[in-house]
Amino acid sequence: MNLRRLFALAWKESLQIWRDPRSLAIALLMPLMQMGILGYGVSLDIKRVPLCVFDQENSQQSRAMVNSFVASGWFRLSRRLVRDDDVRDAMDRGSCSAALVIPVDFSRRLSQHGSAAVQAIFDATDVNTTNIALGYAQGALALASQQMYARWAAAHGVAATRVGQVDLEPGTWFNETLDSRNFIIPGVVAVILALVGAQLTSLTISREWERGTMEQLISTPVTALEVMLGKLLPYFAIGMLDAGFCLATAVFWFHVPFRGDLFTLLITTLLFLVVVLGIGYLISVRIRSQLGASQVALLLTMLPANLLSGYTFPIDQMPGAIQTLSLVVYARYYVSILRGVFLKGSTIDDLWFPIAGLSLYALLILWLAARAFRKRLD
Amino acid sequence: MSSLSTTTAADAVPAVRVHELSRAFGTLQAIDNVSFSVAPGEIFGLVGPDGAGKTTLMRMLAGVLAPDHGRIELDGIDVQHQSEQAKRHLSYMPQRFGLYEDLTVAENIFFYGELFSVATSDRRTRSETLLHAAGLTDFRHRRAGQLSGGMKQKLGLICALIHTPRVLLLDEPTTGVDPVSRRDFWAILYQLREQGVTIVLSTAYMDEAERCTRLALVHGGRIRQCDTPARLKAAMPGSLLELVAADPRAIHGALRHQPGVLGSLLMGDRVHVRVDNATRRMPQLNNFLGEQGLDIQGMEQVEPGIEDVFVALLDEEAPA
Repeated sequence: MNLRRLFALAWKESLQIWRDPRSLAIALLMPLMQMGILGYGVSLDIKRVPLCVFDQENSQQSRAMVNSFVASGWFRLSRRLVRDDDVRDAMDRGSCSAALVIPVDFSRRLSQHGSAAVQAIFDATDVNTTNIALGYAQGALALASQQMYARWAAAHGVAATRVGQVDLEPGTWFNETLDSRNFIIPGVVAVILALVGAQLTSLTISREWERGTMEQLISTPVTALEVMLGKLLPYFAIGMLDAGFCLATAVFWFHVPFRGDLFTLLITTLLFLVVVLGIGYLISVRIRSQLGASQVALLLTMLPANLLSGYTFPIDQMPGAIQTLSLVVYARYYVSILRGVFLKGSTIDDLWFPIAGLSLYALLILWLAARAFRKRLD
Repeated sequence: MSSLSTTTAADAVPAVRVHELSRAFGTLQAIDNVSFSVAPGEIFGLVGPDGAGKTTLMRMLAGVLAPDHGRIELDGIDVQHQSEQAKRHLSYMPQRFGLYEDLTVAENIFFYGELFSVATSDRRTRSETLLHAAGLTDFRHRRAGQLSGGMKQKLGLICALIHTPRVLLLDEPTTGVDPVSRRDFWAILYQLREQGVTIVLSTAYMDEAERCTRLALVHGGRIRQCDTPARLKAAMPGSLLELVAADPRAIHGALRHQPGVLGSLLMGDRVHVRVDNATRRMPQLNNFLGEQGLDIQGMEQVEPGIEDVFVALLDEEAPA
């Protein structure tokens, strides 16, 4: 390997990137836009579920019941209904995704039997949302009945005893505020880098073919390895720039807590860049048109990175076969590394599994990439 | 090195030796069992129509296309198996402009200098000299994409010559180049020849073919004849008559099937008629044209050009 030729290629490639508005836009603007769109757009939190109330009794107690739902902050009173049919209608129109039906004899039963039932109906087309809303409803209801019991006890001069009741005091670690953004933003960074990285290098070889500069280049003594390393070098610098930008945005703009150390972050990011840039380069070697290469790169990175990296859908909830499949999705390793470093303050020792996965990947890709390029026209 | 004859060229250690080279693309046999040698310091021309296989042959010589069969040696180095070593000693200028249009003239030169590991001081002096010879000194900071066709080709040549190649391969280097640039171009080639650089070029221009020390007439993927331009002309069967006429097309059509006429070629306002015997056929053709009422302004025997030789060759192969 001749370093002089390698650096000449890197220098030439940098000049071309600098002078090509399209390359520059992909390199610098795409991460910025995606960080904005995904950072703000993707949230798994369900807040203020629209709630319709069909209060058949409309008593002081039933109103207190409704109030406690709204006061919990998880529900937003969207409509008051007056007829049975209205519930169905409101659901159909989508004006609420949960309905609370309080029966006519609500307070009577409560005072006579000490217990009463309310009906909660959910629009279960979105199972995820429904489960969460159901949890909210149970929480709100538990709170409400506790308050009622306390009031009842006070009114009857009975000490509010709580016999045999076990309370759960939940503690949430690593993401204490249960803010899904903290969980998602590190994943967003990984997905963006996977996408942009492959896009950047996917054009580098096909550009030479398309512009007719390859024929003369391969007639020189330059070796395939020099071509690969020389071309990847400038994109490595851009990739690090993008990574730095995305990670800084995560910390300083979206206020994702950063508890890890920069060294772990740096090493793993470098490793991840080797993989994504190498994959783009491989695609570029295989597909000789710039448009084709760029589209293949998009397809090959976007879907797996979005669906199987665990950035939105947890991998351990997937069926076994899909979990196995996700092992080839390199983004998943970086997603779990970033989450670990950001939220748990994990170090290299803690992250041995994803780091080993990425390292294997990097070696495989570099090996394939170094062999892929042939200095031949056919 | 001064000798142009085939025998001496074969005796010397050849700068280029091609042995039984073949290459097919699907069912098309682009190069069909081609062998030839080029002596050091020769300007060897590949002449032939489009699709003859010139570019395929050039690409295999440059080591960017693999042959199906056969062997190529540059200065005794096997281009197939010692590819990197061979490439250090050759320069190749593809038919399509192969430099970076988004880089300036100077940047392209620098880049190719680095690829061939040319010492910085050598690169400076060489690029000055070459830029000057090509008339590109004032354009060194212009992007290559903004150069004229002729300037681009000259820049290609400069980049090809920034190191000292033993063999220079030029695929139709002056196609689409203005006459002034072509003159500059050839001036540089002649200089190189004096320095002992071997040049293999393909061309569709017959006047350019005449400037080569030796020519290979390529057709249908095979070398039909290979000799010096003078010998090729001398070896052409028959003699050549040149007729000047107001309606050369009519003359061309009328004479083709006359006895003793071996072939006829339209050249602008002239017709080149190849006959078996000039002295015998001149009066015969004159009479015939008179009978047909076809006027000519003159008829004389002329020396054939390379184009005549080439057309004669094709005629001999496929008699009408």
